[in-house]
Amino acid sequence: MNDLSVLGLCCSTRNEMCGCRGQASFKPKRLWRFKAGRLVLAAVSATGLSGCGPTILKPIGPIGGADESILIDSLCIMLAIVLPTIVAIFAFAWWYRASNARAHYRPDWAYSGQIEMVVWGIPLLVILLLGGVAWIGSHDLDPAKPLPSPTKPLDVQVVSLDWKWLFIYPAQRIASVNALVLPVGTPVHFALTSASVMSVFFVPRLGSMIYTMNGMRTRLNLEADRAGTFYGESAHFNGDGFADMHFKVRVLSAVDFSNWVRTASETRAVLDDRSYEDLAKQSIVSPATFQLADDDLFRSIVTQKLPPGPGPTMGRPTASVSPRSGS
Amino acid sequence: MTYIPFTSAPDDPYRMGQQRGVHGGGHARGYGDAGPAPKRVVVAYGFWIFLLSDIVMFSAFFATYAVLHGRTAHGPTAHELFDTRNTAVETACLLASTFTCSLASIATAVRNKPWFYAAMAVTCLLGLAFLSLEAREFAGLVGRGAGPTRSAFLTAFFTLVGCHGLHVSLGILWLLTMMAQVFAKGFRAHIERRILCFALFWHTLDIIWVAIFSIVYLMGASG
Amino acid sequence: MFGKLSWAAIPFDQPIPMIASAVVALVIIGTLLWITVKGWFPYLWREWITSVDHKRIGVMYTVLALVMLLRGFTDAIMMRSQQALAFRAPGYLPPEHYDQVFSAHGTIMIFFVAMPFMIGLMNFVVPLQLGVRDVAFPTLNSVSFWLTATGALLVNISLLVGEFARTGWLPYPPLSELRYSPGVGVDYYLWAIEIAGVGTLMTGINFVTTILKIRAPGMTYLRMPMFCWTALAANLLIVAAFPVLTATLAMLLLDRYLGFHFFTNEAGGNVMMFMNLIWAWGHPEVYILILPAFGVFSEVISTFSGKPLFGYRSMVAATMAICILSFTVWLHHFFTMGAGADVNAVFGIASMIIAVPTGVKIFNWLFTMYGGRIRYEPPLLWAIGFMVTFVIGGMTGVLLTVPPADFLLHNSLFLVAHFHNVIIGGVLFGGFAGYTYWFPKAFGFKLHKRLGQAAFWFWLIGFYVAFMPLYVLGFLGMTRRMQHYDVPEWHPWLLIAAGGAILIAIGIALMIAQLVVSIRQREELRDATGDPWDGRSLEWATASPPPAFNFAVMPHVEGQEAYWQIKQRFRDESLPIEEPEYEPIEMPRNSPTGFICAFFATLMGFALIWHIWWLVIAGALGAYATFVVFAWRDADERRIPAEVVAQIDRANRAARARLQNASVPA
Repeated sequence: MNDLSVLGLCCSTRNEMCGCRGQASFKPKRLWRFKAGRLVLAAVSATGLSGCGPTILKPIGPIGGADESILIDSLCIMLAIVLPTIVAIFAFAWWYRASNARAHYRPDWAYSGQIEMVVWGIPLLVILLLGGVAWIGSHDLDPAKPLPSPTKPLDVQVVSLDWKWLFIYPAQRIASVNALVLPVGTPVHFALTSASVMSVFFVPRLGSMIYTMNGMRTRLNLEADRAGTFYGESAHFNGDGFADMHFKVRVLSAVDFSNWVRTASETRAVLDDRSYEDLAKQSIVSPATFQLADDDLFRSIVTQKLPPGPGPTMGRPTASVSPRSGS
Repeated sequence: MTYIPFTSAPDDPYRMGQQRGVHGGGHARGYGDAGPAPKRVVVAYGFWIFLLSDIVMFSAFFATYAVLHGRTAHGPTAHELFDTRNTAVETACLLASTFTCSLASIATAVRNKPWFYAAMAVTCLLGLAFLSLEAREFAGLVGRGAGPTRSAFLTAFFTLVGCHGLHVSLGILWLLTMMAQVFAKGFRAHIERRILCFALFWHTLDIIWVAIFSIVYLMGASG
Repeated sequence: MFGKLSWAAIPFDQPIPMIASAVVALVIIGTLLWITVKGWFPYLWREWITSVDHKRIGVMYTVLALVMLLRGFTDAIMMRSQQALAFRAPGYLPPEHYDQVFSAHGTIMIFFVAMPFMIGLMNFVVPLQLGVRDVAFPTLNSVSFWLTATGALLVNISLLVGEFARTGWLPYPPLSELRYSPGVGVDYYLWAIEIAGVGTLMTGINFVTTILKIRAPGMTYLRMPMFCWTALAANLLIVAAFPVLTATLAMLLLDRYLGFHFFTNEAGGNVMMFMNLIWAWGHPEVYILILPAFGVFSEVISTFSGKPLFGYRSMVAATMAICILSFTVWLHHFFTMGAGADVNAVFGIASMIIAVPTGVKIFNWLFTMYGGRIRYEPPLLWAIGFMVTFVIGGMTGVLLTVPPADFLLHNSLFLVAHFHNVIIGGVLFGGFAGYTYWFPKAFGFKLHKRLGQAAFWFWLIGFYVAFMPLYVLGFLGMTRRMQHYDVPEWHPWLLIAAGGAILIAIGIALMIAQLVVSIRQREELRDATGDPWDGRSLEWATASPPPAFNFAVMPHVEGQEAYWQIKQRFRDESLPIEEPEYEPIEMPRNSPTGFICAFFATLMGFALIWHIWWLVIAGALGAYATFVVFAWRDADERRIPAEVVAQIDRANRAARARLQNASVPA
């Protein structure tokens, strides 16, 4: 009874967290998953994982929540077979030690049809189950798939530069560097590209990450259901300034968000082709906001009308040798 | 087969380089019942494996060409550039050289040196003709501003066709080396094996050229 | 005259590479002096450098792998300590140096540790297990080895002259293009791997031919030991995958050297194509490494359980299934590219399917132990450590094949933990198991047991302490390759991981101690029988170390576990050991071709990296001349007279008979 109520409570929290997506497909397994999942989570939280850092295990949006449940589901499905296997390895290895006189030695036993059947069958069944999870999950959680929501989605265009993030809000005609500000409870439609090398846009607590590539546009849909400040990063190595290429994600209430938009649009700094060119040089910068002067900035970057970022400055004195800089 | 554990030596089939592996009338097929295969089989087999790996490498270049084929960066397209007549002559040269290369193999089999030299020399000349036609085509393209640095499409084209051309060049170097070897040493077993490998190599280049001709030139000119 | 090379190439202002290079230089000079003083040069030249004997080449591969392991591990220690220190601090490695360290670590560990380790074991063991006298192309084998050594040498030269790549172990463009990496680092990487890759491809061709065409009489496919099967699968993968690597890196080279546009941002280049091509090689590469390790474990578990391998045919099927499936899964390395749900799902499921044959293998090893009489010698310890560790690594691997889970864990330290889990727990443990298992075969004495056990425990515990925190860090959202960080939750875990690295360092020190102590106590550890573990396959049928010709008389194979059957026959029927008729044996002659070729390849590689064009041409001409000279020699075989064969074989028989009489009561 007690157990059930705890379970019910958790389910409801989770429902709230997971919102409207990816739920129906996992219903049949939910109960046992929950028990196992809670065990895993308890073990994990015992290790201090559930701090308030950029953990993926405390999602603040539907995508993160659904990604995480699939992760925990899959882990549990596999643990169900992996743990007994590990126990069996220890058990067999211990029992059949040469010094154990009670163990029955079968020097010629090397085949058993039934065991073979089981041995091929078990992994096959696990993979069938897991394959289903993967198939449904990857369709439900396709980054390009829009989030169903009564709220109109916010469009944000993301450009990864060396080594900073540029966020363009086309409808609001503002832009920010290294600070992503989002309204709570609103689906966000990201269009992403890179001004130079490949990077990955990733906010661990929001969920799914995605590549940014020059000359290409990727899409991602996320939603934050809780206000707060979170950690975002580039999850793909992209040069010497990589470790500094992280950004703050501030999730604000609707009112705060419109206040922020207003303040930003009153910023003196303007983002046009020329200031973009400065931004595109290799550098590490602090967060800043801009008015957007060029509505087509993102498209110009994707179509390479604005050329890709310049790379290392020639002749820069670096410790390592870049011999072409001399010539 | 009787069981003879260490007690007596049946005819030891493993004579490296002596071709005595074929005991009992050539049963050494490598399936394990008759021991190691004779050297000639081993060498040709190994070389086949090498050729397969070479074909895999070419397939990577073909795949790249397929991906980059449309990425002309507002530069010239395949349709505008390719001259199928020149390529047809190249193809004819290469196919004819395969024929003469086979003649050289036959000459080796019958140990006829003059025919061997003649056939190899013609093969060499046809190969050189092929290469010079290709070089002329490349020079023409570069002259028209359609060099490999112009666009990803041209990069892929020059690399794929150039890689084949490089193989032909190396083949000619090998061919001349084989002629010199036969001249210096005559038809010895290991030299015959090398001639066999060379012939396989030359024929494979032909097969790859046929693929290049069809996929790059014919499809390019028509598209 | 010297292209781009100038004194500026040597980082005099940076203490770490300078000190490291100085230490390496001292070690090399010291070793050379020692060899000179002892007068060992002629011996080394005659017996090792010019040797085309597969056993010698196998040993040299293994030595190369172990030496490079020290280099790669030094990099690992630097990374762990940097990350332990760099919480809200710059640490002691600036980014441009740290980036070289992790790139070099990955490159060295995969190409110059894992690969030569596995190839070394294959070289040493496969011909012996097949019951033959050498590989199909012995001189080519020597060329392969020396080209691999060339690659390793070039990577290490970059420590002192110039820089190494700062792009990670796979140089993803456009970061690795000239615009974003103008230095010579990427060129070092590319030429080193191209040259070593040619060597590896030649090995693949050599071993496929050997296994398919050169086997003892009666050694049919389904009588081959499991290690030969896994070696066959790995070498088939090499033949099919390495040309793709060669082509891909050649494209990047053309981009960098001639301004081509394969992967550039400009003029229509396609970055994604690089990722597809490199992983079309890269994923099979993983199985090229792990399959031979599976083979080692099959041999070890069966031998020390005193039983045949359970489900042999099933194992063969699983091996070949993995071999084929490994080509169908490369896209799981970039699920987060946004390729679309169907593509991701298909490749995700394809990747999971590989877990089936792999799972079957685990279960078959389990049932090999079932009903066994398990002797806890060090090789078996490595095998059991592997089974447990690999199951965990496999599980986290399958977790990463579920696209939505990968969307959270891609490129994180979870991924780093996963592949170290399978590569250390699988490949390296496999290498160590094989090293301790076949060491007595190679040198005639066993390795010290207690030190081996101690090394194992330090490695195993060190591994868990070093990498389990990385799994946690993956859950905490930490991505890989961070030179410094500000997130307080990460710091304690990185400290623990650094502690794990220290434990592993002790494990390595113990392995070195084990080798030294074993050599000093070799008389006590001597194995006169040639069969110290009560082995089951043919390598144990000959002396330890085996004579140059391996088998005085070619063994005749009548079934699986050829040597076990022979032993059973002798035991059961107590047959008198009769002396065979000895005949002279033809063996391939030594050749310096490999060494000289590699010398020219090193010159060429170095010259290409530094744009010293005249040296490139000189190197190419030199290499061609070497081949022509090799092709011109008349006698490529030497004959070992029957009396010598008889003398060697009699000595072995006598020793063996003494021990058999002692152990089996008549």
